[in-house]
Amino acid sequence: MRPVFVAGTYATAVAEHWNRTALSLASEALHGALATSAHPPVGALYVANALGAAIGMQSNLAPAIAHAAGLTGIEILSLDGGGAAGGLAIRQAMLAVASGMHEAVAVVGVEKVSDVLDEQREAAVALLSDGDWEGVHGVTQTAQWAMLMRRYMHDYAVTPLDFAHFAVNAHANAVANTHALYRFAISAEKFKSAGMVADPLCLLDCATMADGAAALIITAQPVTQCGRTVRIAGSGVATDTLALHERADLLDLTAIRLATQRALTQAGCALQEVHVYDLDDAHGICAVLAVEAMGITPRGSGTTLGSTGAIRPDGSVPLALAGGCKARGDMVGALGVYQLVELTTQLRGHASTQVPGATRALAVCMAGIANTAVAHVLVGA
Amino acid sequence: MELARHWRVRHARYRLEGSRHTQTGAIAFPPRDGTEWQPHVLSGRGTLCTYAVIHQPPAGHAGEVPYMVAIIQLAEGPRITAQLTDCDAHDVVIGMDVEMVTRLLEDMGADGLLLYGYKFRPLL
Repeated sequence: MRPVFVAGTYATAVAEHWNRTALSLASEALHGALATSAHPPVGALYVANALGAAIGMQSNLAPAIAHAAGLTGIEILSLDGGGAAGGLAIRQAMLAVASGMHEAVAVVGVEKVSDVLDEQREAAVALLSDGDWEGVHGVTQTAQWAMLMRRYMHDYAVTPLDFAHFAVNAHANAVANTHALYRFAISAEKFKSAGMVADPLCLLDCATMADGAAALIITAQPVTQCGRTVRIAGSGVATDTLALHERADLLDLTAIRLATQRALTQAGCALQEVHVYDLDDAHGICAVLAVEAMGITPRGSGTTLGSTGAIRPDGSVPLALAGGCKARGDMVGALGVYQLVELTTQLRGHASTQVPGATRALAVCMAGIANTAVAHVLVGA
Repeated sequence: MELARHWRVRHARYRLEGSRHTQTGAIAFPPRDGTEWQPHVLSGRGTLCTYAVIHQPPAGHAGEVPYMVAIIQLAEGPRITAQLTDCDAHDVVIGMDVEMVTRLLEDMGADGLLLYGYKFRPLL
């Protein structure tokens, strides 16, 4: 297997794009990524999309996107896999280039969720959990995170306000990000007074799903931009039970732990050597359980990373530097691609919220309650 | 209207029928496939692991809000996801004893199913 690198990247604004289709967003992202660097012709196009079929918009987007991008005839692969789709697509593109099958592969993640009402969107996302034994009871993904949060508060004697730091940090970081959905700061006081979505999860502890597309080109030859090359040094995928109640330990996101370990092992990189992180952090509890599963902090101590400021850009575990799911927005199947676009920018040294000298980045995305998790390690040089 | 999808799990939904492993005696829910598993009706007793109150429902449950969903530790070992019923949120605490009851899960409309199955209530 040979090394693989990130060449061009592009992300559309995250928004409610009322006047645009998934195809239009994906085309913009793909054109943008293809235009921003010199690289060999792309041999394949991998498309990540989680909800197109479930909300009745369009399935099988890949041939249409290929045509719109002027790549008619190209090999394609479509990946669903919920919120893990983007990460899965990047993983497959990486394997295709690393194996020598292709010199360059394009990956695009796209989600278009604003055309349906909240109820239909919740139902579509609920399909990412176990339909017969969870979904039929009216359980939503948000409610499942709320149940984990309540159990966590019970076991470790923390309150909903202890989770507020993650949303506050995400919003503060998104202010400078021109493609973020919410470019304004929030306070812990505002968090405290927000209405409930799925008690104990309040509105300001819940990410907003929105429309967007991101693309990147993966190549075998290093491509230098801003004086830096960015290599995808490690990649890991792992799974867990589809139904949350089947897990021996509800608060252990095993798939995140395994995917992270696999990616770090491949990269030959220790967790302590990572400078910046991006997680699938739709709620504070997602980030807390993820950092504990990854081994960044012991079980039961995840909220202290927020209260001590460790998650801020000047802290030891900078999270959500582009705003995370809470403030940049949650594009579900496109999330994993957004993460790598944003972290590549970070390693090239010109991110909107930049950690000076960052050379190693770790991204984790997941489907449902981490029934699938994908981790990627990027190394800049 | 998905009749077969719900019909094939009717024993689990109506009488909480899981499976018992013929060699190890392990109890499983939902029911398992395979010759080493035989049907086994659970007691319906359990304790509350955790719960949430839903204010933003998925399609099909809009008329029920707010409603409570829970993960329950069944007396025989398996855990199960279900709604809580016959109680208010301020009466509910983690660890409380609960029991299974049969209730309407979803009314799928004039041309659809009336879907019945298990919910859990505080132990009487």
